[in-house]
Amino acid sequence: MATVAASPTYASHATGEKEGIMAWLTTTDHKKIGTLYLHTSLFFFIFGGLEAVLMRWQLMKPNMTVVTADQFNQLFTMHGTTMVFLAIMPLSAAFFNYLIPLQLGARDVAFPRLNAFSYWVYLFGGLFITIPIFGWMAPNGGWFAYAPLSGRTYSPGINMDFWVLGIQILGVSSLAAAFNFATTVINLRAPGMNLMRMPMFTWMSFVTQFLIILAFPVITIALVFLQFDRFFGTNFYQVSAGADPLLWQHLFWVFGHPEVYILILPAFGLVSEVLPTNSKKPLFGYPVMAYSGILIGFLGFGVWAHHMFAVGMGPIGDTVFSLTTMLIAIPTGVKIFNWIFTMWGGSIRFTAAMKFAIGLIALFTIGGISGISHSSPPSDLQQTDTYYIVAHFHYVLFGGAIMGIFSGIYHYFPKMYGRYMNETLGTWHFWLNFIAMNLTFFPMHFSGMLGMPRRIYTYDANQGWDTFNMISTAGAFLLMPATLIFIYNFFSSKKGGEPAPPNAWDAATLEWSIPSPPPEYNFAKIPVVHSRYPLWDLTHPERTKDVPHTDAGMVHTGEHDVVDMHIETETFTAKQLGIPMPSATIKPFWTALGMVIMFTGLLMMPHNKTAGYAGIGVGAAMLVGFLYAWLTTPLEEHH
Amino acid sequence: MRAADSAGRPIPSSVLSLGAQPLVSANAHAAPAHGGHEEHHHYTTTGLDSRKIAIWAFIGSECMLFASLISTYLIYKGRSIVGPFPHTAWTNPQTGQVMKPILNIPVTSASTFVLLMSSLAMVLALAAVENKDKPLPAGAGLGDRMLASSKLWLWATCLLGAGFLAFQAYEFTSFVHEGLTIKTNLFGSTFFTLTGFHGAHVTAGVIWLGTLLAIDYKRGLGPKDALNVDIAALYWHFVDVVWIAIFTLLYLIPD
Ligand code: HEM
Ligand SMILES: [Cu+2]
Repeated sequence: MATVAASPTYASHATGEKEGIMAWLTTTDHKKIGTLYLHTSLFFFIFGGLEAVLMRWQLMKPNMTVVTADQFNQLFTMHGTTMVFLAIMPLSAAFFNYLIPLQLGARDVAFPRLNAFSYWVYLFGGLFITIPIFGWMAPNGGWFAYAPLSGRTYSPGINMDFWVLGIQILGVSSLAAAFNFATTVINLRAPGMNLMRMPMFTWMSFVTQFLIILAFPVITIALVFLQFDRFFGTNFYQVSAGADPLLWQHLFWVFGHPEVYILILPAFGLVSEVLPTNSKKPLFGYPVMAYSGILIGFLGFGVWAHHMFAVGMGPIGDTVFSLTTMLIAIPTGVKIFNWIFTMWGGSIRFTAAMKFAIGLIALFTIGGISGISHSSPPSDLQQTDTYYIVAHFHYVLFGGAIMGIFSGIYHYFPKMYGRYMNETLGTWHFWLNFIAMNLTFFPMHFSGMLGMPRRIYTYDANQGWDTFNMISTAGAFLLMPATLIFIYNFFSSKKGGEPAPPNAWDAATLEWSIPSPPPEYNFAKIPVVHSRYPLWDLTHPERTKDVPHTDAGMVHTGEHDVVDMHIETETFTAKQLGIPMPSATIKPFWTALGMVIMFTGLLMMPHNKTAGYAGIGVGAAMLVGFLYAWLTTPLEEHH
Repeated sequence: MRAADSAGRPIPSSVLSLGAQPLVSANAHAAPAHGGHEEHHHYTTTGLDSRKIAIWAFIGSECMLFASLISTYLIYKGRSIVGPFPHTAWTNPQTGQVMKPILNIPVTSASTFVLLMSSLAMVLALAAVENKDKPLPAGAGLGDRMLASSKLWLWATCLLGAGFLAFQAYEFTSFVHEGLTIKTNLFGSTFFTLTGFHGAHVTAGVIWLGTLLAIDYKRGLGPKDALNVDIAALYWHFVDVVWIAIFTLLYLIPD
């Protein structure tokens, strides 16, 4: 296997014309867009983390005055919103972008320009909702923004306007990306790759796209109602006009519970790549893994009211949602066992990625168990709105989604940059992170059980919570050096890491059959796939003798059949190979900016009508104009 | 030259002979761009163009959008504290006058008919575009020539769509005159939002079809554009079907 050239060479060749910043603003390459997503969402992850540390500082001891009550409200609202919409979802999107086309054997996503548009909308929307915290004008109604509390009557300021409009903007980004990736998976699989041969990450991402497609319109409408109530005086959440105070809660959680699976399934997919590769065994129970993912996605739409046991739905509603919630734990548990059986009897290589993957199994299980403990309404009534819930969702989100994403970053870094991340630092990162995470969140089970409500900005001494809060804060402070180690490792390894060969971990799937970093065209020759583990068929046929194969893609050479598969080590340009590539274009950027200017105009309406109309007018003109220009220009230039 | 890479190294012929497969993706464009070149054949797994799959995904999403709007309307049905009400008489608090139910079902039945007819015109427009290359039968009469005219049927679809919007504008203004605005009561909020959302979809469709019509005038739509028209048609029929649901649930079924 040849080693890769000293520095990534694809960037300057990618468009053939554009260099420097313009190359990034105009890119339609899924790999570069994935890189943009990765860096932006890591930035927001750090930002959301700092908000959390500030909250933990305030809660370190009773009656602290680090921040005021209203500032605390802004911090927990923005922490939750940032982590869900600006960190975990786009971190997953970074992997969708980078990996789905590579795992499918495709040259790009189905709609490269729409893909760029999704990213720019995400970036501008993220800034839109984040910037107000610098003036303590940020949203302050919690990440689920319960109406009527979030209506104009009880939240008169501009704060919740940022939230309502910002989430609407981010929804456009997620939906556009979801149509794109769903289409990509359906339509751009390499010959021979039927659904049951797709890598598990792509499978879980595929399910995730359907969850986004079906769940996001519901929050869109809930937000439209809230927006109309706040801006135009409608009555959707006006209890005095006869409105149902639970309407928002139902709409929000019909979206919200699928949303938690939108957050976790991609991470499940990532560890489903890391575990078999580093156990040197095929994924245990592949079909069951795929089906349980589908089942989770399906059941995920039928459990939303378990977030509402305390509102008094009555015995029938409580029972139904309690049962469906208990049911959904089954496919989730199946996944845990399949991962364990994947490792069982394997010769395990404890890379940093593997450590994080095993960390996910351990910590997510704890979160799953606390989840089941509040699937029962009588039990939940003791737990809801306490720190016990905070413990639950951090075990599933930090212990689950974030650990899985870290695992994915360590694992796929060599593919993205042609260099390994430092394993020693990775190990330090893992252990510090693991210890700090448990130190922060495990005591919250106890403080919650002892009655500490969530979302309080301070508390009196001697209620039995003091020690637990002190430990939680210590853990949060320890998470900072852990994350710093990661950030240092990430950036220093780009230039100084040990060079990695194309198949950096001796893995089995198509993304490892091409140079690292991949050339702009990905595959010089579109591969033909004849089993789930095309590269292991080539390098370790003994590992794959039990998985189904077909004849397609085999080359018959007399005595032995060999696979028509090889690991490509050389990088060319698309021009040299005569492969048409999508042209670079700035239009998605301007279209996205126009949309956000339009929303900014709407935001201004209650404060300054002229500025409001100007923003809406200019934004709409940009949006429509550039969209037209975009749709009437062909995708590819001709060589 | 193709036979060497940027560093001057020769490119192995194995790579060369295997390369040059077109990008696996769709060209999302309406204008003719391949002057002289033959159209790429883009490999796709299903054999369908990616845009066709994406529009179905989009329609799935739109179903949830309208489902949320319609459910909210139904949940709030009959919960308004003050009038006007859709299906029952109400007393004007200012004048003490007893007013009729506000929905004007005959007028909306007419507008529904107009929208349905636009779907028929859309079908004929698509057929005309698909069959552009087929010569008219010998002795073709006026009817055959009309059927073959994509411009005629695109015009018809657009105008019928615009006609529906005119009915809606009339309905909205007369409701406001009778004292129902989006702020008046729960019925007003849910009614205007739901039908307004639908109207916005019709408007987008009219603009979309108008663009196709403009292209037809500019260079003539032919079978190679059939997919573009097909996708617009799918959207248009979807918007029609949603209206059938709205018409039934809002207008036809009383409290
Ligand atoms: C075994 C599977 C799971 C079960 C049975 C379960 C159950 C529950 C229940 C009943 C609640 C509501 C508790 C309350 O508010 O009183 C809840 C809250 C929550 N769960 Fe889970 N859960 C599971 C997995 C997950 C996963 C995978 C995630 C995300 C990755 C997640 C994220 C959350 C979040 C964010 C909340 C709190 C939302 C809020 O109030 O802000 N859960 N869970
Ligand atoms: Cu839930």
